[in-house]
Amino acid sequence: MAIWADKNTRVIVQGITGREGTFHAIQCRDYGTQVVGGVTPGKGGTTHEGFAVFNSVREAREKAGANCSLIFVPPPFAADAIMESADAGIELIICITEGIPVNDMMRAHDFLRKSNARAIMSGAMPSRLIGPNCPGIITPGEAKIGIMPGHIHRPGPIGIVSRSGTLTYEAVGQTRAIGQSTAVGIGGDPLPGTNFIDCLAAFESDPATEAIIMIGEIGGSAEEEAATFVKESVTKPVVAFIAGQTAPPGRRMGHAGAIISGGKGTAAEKMAALKAAGIHVVEAPSEMGAKVAEVWKARR
Amino acid sequence: MKVHEYQAKEILRRYGVPTPRGIVTENADEARAAAKELGGRVVVKAQIHAGGRGKGGGVKLAKDADEAAELTKEMIGMTLITHQTGPEGREVRKVLIEEALNIDKELYLGITLDRRIGMPVVMASKQGGMEIEEVAERDPSAIHREPIDGVLGALPFQARAVANALGLTGDAYKKCVDFVQKLMRCYIDTDASLVEINPLMVTTEGNVFALDCKMTFDDNAMFRHKDLAEMRDLNEEDPLEVEASKFGLNYITLDGNVGCMVNGAGLAMATMDIIKLAGGQPANFLDVGGGASAEQVKNAFRIILSDKNVKAILINIFGGIMRCDRIAEGVVSASREVGLPVPVVVRLEGTNVDLGKEILSNSGLPLITADGMWDAAQKVVAAAQGK
Repeated sequence: MAIWADKNTRVIVQGITGREGTFHAIQCRDYGTQVVGGVTPGKGGTTHEGFAVFNSVREAREKAGANCSLIFVPPPFAADAIMESADAGIELIICITEGIPVNDMMRAHDFLRKSNARAIMSGAMPSRLIGPNCPGIITPGEAKIGIMPGHIHRPGPIGIVSRSGTLTYEAVGQTRAIGQSTAVGIGGDPLPGTNFIDCLAAFESDPATEAIIMIGEIGGSAEEEAATFVKESVTKPVVAFIAGQTAPPGRRMGHAGAIISGGKGTAAEKMAALKAAGIHVVEAPSEMGAKVAEVWKARR
Repeated sequence: MKVHEYQAKEILRRYGVPTPRGIVTENADEARAAAKELGGRVVVKAQIHAGGRGKGGGVKLAKDADEAAELTKEMIGMTLITHQTGPEGREVRKVLIEEALNIDKELYLGITLDRRIGMPVVMASKQGGMEIEEVAERDPSAIHREPIDGVLGALPFQARAVANALGLTGDAYKKCVDFVQKLMRCYIDTDASLVEINPLMVTTEGNVFALDCKMTFDDNAMFRHKDLAEMRDLNEEDPLEVEASKFGLNYITLDGNVGCMVNGAGLAMATMDIIKLAGGQPANFLDVGGGASAEQVKNAFRIILSDKNVKAILINIFGGIMRCDRIAEGVVSASREVGLPVPVVVRLEGTNVDLGKEILSNSGLPLITADGMWDAAQKVVAAAQGK
């Protein structure tokens, strides 16, 4: 068991004939993920690096039985790619693309809400969007659906959720001895499809997950909301790190969502909220692994 | 991306949002002519991106055209210091000459994204002219918040709720309802991330105007707004940050002495944090992106080293898809080419990490290798302190 992605997940890559799409489709397949094809409008019916190429997501779903889409479409067209996947009934949509306009994402979320409502009414599975601007999701030993380096992961009991890509790898590297159930990068954008609470709830009900690392950063209030959720609904130990303790206000630190504005969204506020909820907050990013090992052992 | 007040008002006018009549100029003669055209009594406003211009002497009333010319002469070329510019201030290159109107009320209107609900929200307050953060802190109930559907725009009842909250009646009420709907359309259509009208002015005649306007746009959407992208004023930006962006480097100047070169924004912030925990001060935020090729490393070195405060550099790369030996080769060749005037600590992690470290230590260059982030932070802080 794990969350959302496993060896049965059937993945198509939207934008498979592009440079990034090609490279990562191969990397995912090499890891053992079931990559059942890709979508590039106008190139349907061809094969590309051994992958069947389809003209639309609907066609890929019908002909290749895809239930997950991994998106590498350039920013101006990425929101459309997300909506196309949702419309085709894809259950798990993972959008790697960085730089999608906020207005486009607002429309995509609106579309998802409506298409999910229709899906639920007709007894179908709703779509879950992970990202955009994220590294994807990996269940070690089963499926890697994203751009993370697969080989640093080991199957194990630690669930990881993070707004940052390389910082997720850092946490994975530090938990090499214990291993991970699933690691999810929810992305650095202001309007993510999946948030901390979604991941924490899934990890809480996943028997394979025994402890959780949550990596936040400055900006917004997602960490504070997660803190409330953990206090009320999470029984498994949670270790947290917040990046950007030294970030100046009003400056966007790389990620579109990482900005302290109007004095809100500081690391200090977030760390205090997390601590108050009983979460084990580490000050240094180098302490995540040791701390989670400690609380995980104490739990057993 | 930010724009100047005069540019923001130009954009507002395209959407039918009323603003005072104004003319932008760079010299006294033009200012005199502009003031005459506008009726003599005008306001001269320095055009810099930072707020707080009034207190810094960047907004002045002129009773006639000659005084407008005089004030313009004083302002052009002056360094304006406000609480938002930092102590170094900003040079004034343009002024906006604007008709002086008869102010009855000064209100506040702002629109920005509320991330919790994923919708834009209109914020309205009777306390115009003050910073909204101050109002929010002192009396949160003084701010009316109206969430707006980003696809539908401001519906009439929502615009009425805003005008009501501002305590307007009669003509001013009707004009404000119209103002809010047009402003929201402008916000959505231009892919703005912030529009702030502070103050929103009601004249004694019952007209409503945007007396000041601050606008920020979503950088990611500028590809579809070529006209707005052209309004970017590089003079208002840190030259090093502009230079870095040309190479796809995400760089932000800070005031410490430990330079950082990291892949990934989250890890870059975390690296700054751990430098602070180890007793040092980061000199910058720098995300080299996923690649970290020799070319990228070389560009990053040049940018970091052009900050003369830098006493040591920490390179922290988590080699994911890209192997550590390749990154090490990049660091070595870039170091040779650039020449290293300060100690450099390198922390590599990921694929082929041992091979990477071997390449670094066999290079004969003064590169200090580190194991893990904490070790790296301690070593670089010690190096910056000359130990």
